[in-house]
Amino acid sequence: MGKEIGQAIAAGILGGGVYALMAAGLTLIFGVLDIINVAQGILVVLGAYLSYALSVHLHIDLFVGLLITVPAMFVLGVLIYWLFIRPLRGAERTSMTLLACFAVALIIEGVLYREFGSGYVSITASYTASSVHILDFYLPDIYLYGFGLAVLAVAALYLILYRTTFGRAVRATMQNPTAARLVGIDVNRVSALTFGIGTAVTAIGGMVYGAISGGFTPNSGYDLISRLLAIVILAGMGSIGGALVAAVFMTTAEALVDIWQPDWAVAVFYLALVIILTVRPAGLFGRSAVRAQ
Amino acid sequence: MNRRLLTVGALLALAVVVAVFPLVFTNPIASQYGVITLIFVIVASAWNLFSGYSGYLSLGHAIFYGTGAYFLAVAAKDWNLTAGAIFWLLPLAGLAAAIIAVPLGLVALRVRRHTFVVITIAFFFIAQLSASNLSVTGGSSGVLVPVPNWDPATYNNPFYYLAALLAAGTLAVSWLIRRSRFGLQLRAIRDDEDRAAGLGVRAMPVKLTALVASAFITGMAGGLWVYFIGQAIPQFVFDPLFDLAVVLMAFFGGLGTIAGPVLGALVLEPTQQYLTSTETNGYQSQILFGVLFLLVILFLPRGVLPTGAEYLARARARLAQRRAAPGGGPASQPATGDAA
Repeated sequence: MGKEIGQAIAAGILGGGVYALMAAGLTLIFGVLDIINVAQGILVVLGAYLSYALSVHLHIDLFVGLLITVPAMFVLGVLIYWLFIRPLRGAERTSMTLLACFAVALIIEGVLYREFGSGYVSITASYTASSVHILDFYLPDIYLYGFGLAVLAVAALYLILYRTTFGRAVRATMQNPTAARLVGIDVNRVSALTFGIGTAVTAIGGMVYGAISGGFTPNSGYDLISRLLAIVILAGMGSIGGALVAAVFMTTAEALVDIWQPDWAVAVFYLALVIILTVRPAGLFGRSAVRAQ
Repeated sequence: MNRRLLTVGALLALAVVVAVFPLVFTNPIASQYGVITLIFVIVASAWNLFSGYSGYLSLGHAIFYGTGAYFLAVAAKDWNLTAGAIFWLLPLAGLAAAIIAVPLGLVALRVRRHTFVVITIAFFFIAQLSASNLSVTGGSSGVLVPVPNWDPATYNNPFYYLAALLAAGTLAVSWLIRRSRFGLQLRAIRDDEDRAAGLGVRAMPVKLTALVASAFITGMAGGLWVYFIGQAIPQFVFDPLFDLAVVLMAFFGGLGTIAGPVLGALVLEPTQQYLTSTETNGYQSQILFGVLFLLVILFLPRGVLPTGAEYLARARARLAQRRAAPGGGPASQPATGDAA
């Protein structure tokens, strides 16, 4: 039993890194644009299918394939923003953008069904089957690579946000879009790029998700988005560091419950969310401003 | 006065059309469309009663729909009810949904905007998961509802007229609430909750009452629906597309108006049914549905009715201005889009 618990904790932490990356994209988009991108789940699945298609049909290595899928997802994100989000203004913007993202998710899901069918697909490579033996645990290689990649990507996000002029503009827009506009920041451009970056990380997240989840379908987007939303809300919306902690916490808790109650493991996510919001409506690391109308 | 007469006339005409529809279109497929569409009229109006009036966008109404559905299916089975007797379970199905709505509301209504939406989604997934894993709901194989041995030719009619009755009742409730002090408080909360609270609106009880009322109606509709289709299966009873469809209907017609959700349901549900029946591939109708959704949001963001009313008012004002221009008379009062 002790070994199982250790294994679950290790897998939870490593898997948490990947969820953190996907959630970071979501929370970044929320922070800058005040939008809940409910399409993030299906975008991850799209990223997974892209990696799958590249590796199966063109025999491109999963990690090399990211050089294609990341820019592709970035462009898709910018397009979604420019076509469907930017035109929405006015008092109802919050709910309208959420619904627009939902509609985009439906369309992408439909297209995935058409292209790939509804059967389970999984991403395989030499390193998805092998594992390393550390301290009595067997850890699949892909978990380690995926975790490493996710940490790198989150670190890159951090560097972009806190060490570049663009990042400064993003943070200014997060704090106050009107003031940002007044000091000469092109808020539309910042928003489009942010949406692009938030979407681009789903290419990486999707590849790793596809390789470690043991199979996915176009329908997996619902499961993913509800987990991601739980993580982001638990962390407090707009907090990237919080998303990291929350993701690791949630996936570890889920992996632990999975040992005894596999059917109910997913419920841990939502239960934790409900309990925490009852006690602390702003989330663990959130600003209380989230509560304001 | 003229306007009121027009409204009453339109309502009467609508009632007559609804009443004779199954007599004219005796084809069971047509009346089946009719039943499902009326159920969505009920649900979209009930959703609007809470979300449209209060501004708290719920993407979890399938919880109440599903609770009502499962309650009816399980109760009919356990109490050995058959045929018409099952209809008496509908108020209880509504009550079950209303009871579920109380703790849900107490937690979810503490947060606003995005967070509220997300919480309703989370609750929805908990409900779906529970339905597929609890023994009382029959797990993933679901629960069968006893099929009444009615004449196949008029089999749909009892469902149809009951749905029509419920729809009329829901509309009456919507209208009463909208006119009442309670409805005013709800809309005050929608416009600015903090200010409303400052002016003495006790926000939490008001919001919770609206949610519970909405859940009650939605639960009844869910019960009627499950009896009609004859089986409760988790993925159909708790369907994320259901939530979206309801929201789209309300947005399409006009959020917060009485006629809007009705119009949305009357237009969109038959379309959806038609698409699903003609397209053998579910994804085609899903893609079309998504595209339609986007078009509505981008081009009719406030719904058909308010946008149409605005357009009419503007046209009328222009006309009046042109007429009045030589004399320089006062411009006509533009009607507000909110009155639809």
